[in-house]
Amino acid sequence: MLERIPELLNADEGFVRRGRFMSARFLVEVGDKAYSVAVEQGRVSVEEGPFLLRSHAFTISADAGDWERHWADPPPPGWQDLFAMTKDNRARVEGDLLPFMQNLQYVKDLLAAPRRLGGRAGRD
Amino acid sequence: MIEPIIGRYLHLTIGGEAHRLYFEEAGAGVPLVCIHTAGADARQWRHLLNDGAVTNRFRVIAPDLPWHGKSTPPPGWQDREYALSSDGFMETVLALADALDLDRPVFMGCSIGGRIALHLALEHPHRFRAIVGLEAAARQRPWYDTDWLDRPDVHGGEVCAALISGLVAPQAPDEYRHETLWQYKTSGPGVFKGDLHFYRKEPDLSARIGNIDTSACPLYLLTGSHDFSCTPEDSSETAAAIPGARFRKMHGLGHFPMSENPARFREEILPVLEEIADHG
Repeated sequence: MLERIPELLNADEGFVRRGRFMSARFLVEVGDKAYSVAVEQGRVSVEEGPFLLRSHAFTISADAGDWERHWADPPPPGWQDLFAMTKDNRARVEGDLLPFMQNLQYVKDLLAAPRRLGGRAGRD
Repeated sequence: MIEPIIGRYLHLTIGGEAHRLYFEEAGAGVPLVCIHTAGADARQWRHLLNDGAVTNRFRVIAPDLPWHGKSTPPPGWQDREYALSSDGFMETVLALADALDLDRPVFMGCSIGGRIALHLALEHPHRFRAIVGLEAAARQRPWYDTDWLDRPDVHGGEVCAALISGLVAPQAPDEYRHETLWQYKTSGPGVFKGDLHFYRKEPDLSARIGNIDTSACPLYLLTGSHDFSCTPEDSSETAAAIPGARFRKMHGLGHFPMSENPARFREEILPVLEEIADHG
């Protein structure tokens, strides 16, 4: 799913504009798979790991099943937002959180983008 | 089209200092005081203030709390860190009711307004006809470090809105989701953080809520299914500890029911207000 993010978002002018001051690389872990997400002035590229000694500003991780619920449309309560997931220890955000917080809505929208592909409907 | 909402400024003394408080009102009948969430202002209530089914029986009054919206921060604000206390919060509500000469108003508050609803139910039940707490609980688990909300290297408005954006339910119409977020983006620096002070730093209410007397003042708690900050479980646990308290989970709503999805909220709140008006 994450590898589809560039095609979903780089054509979205509003999204790219909101991220125009972000240039950073971060890691997203989906279960035991790792994806390196590089943002350059709001444009995204994604590469699947494994990575050897590559540095990332921060890491966001969750099990594959939890990401799948996060990407459902609509997502069920408890998985609708990254922080709903971190509050219940279903996701973790670690590393240097400054670029994450400075571009928070952008990063959350980026991570939620696979929802646009119309995943399995959530509960409630 | 001109909306029936009227906005005015009220001069009050709160905590021994002079405040110029902005409030909006519409309607006539039973006074209904509505208090917004942390880091927001009375704009959240605009749909209720414009709802003829409410304003034909209620005089709806929605203030911007001190430091919020169009209320002027107290002189000397530049040298202080704003921090809301439960005592100061209660005093604001009671001072507003006194200044407007409200006879046993109904109180409705959301989030921090919902927490203060519990404080008022506990300490001042005879001042109110009924109390409604939206997204309210005696205690909630924190889920972020509030230091992120007010520092020079992170845009305060943007980070406040981005933090709470997931508390709007996925079912909210896009227009109202973003209007709700806009209000967070336009809050004063450090105000959202200061509002959370009484949640985070004061002891929670768990040990005291059993003393709330709902025969003196009926208490209603309503919480959105998608609120992960004050969860439906948090509110139902609180209601279960208060004899006579009524709890209802509102499906398809999040932490800002009145502003994120006014049509859906209306279905939930009209029956409650009708019951209060009929019995009050």
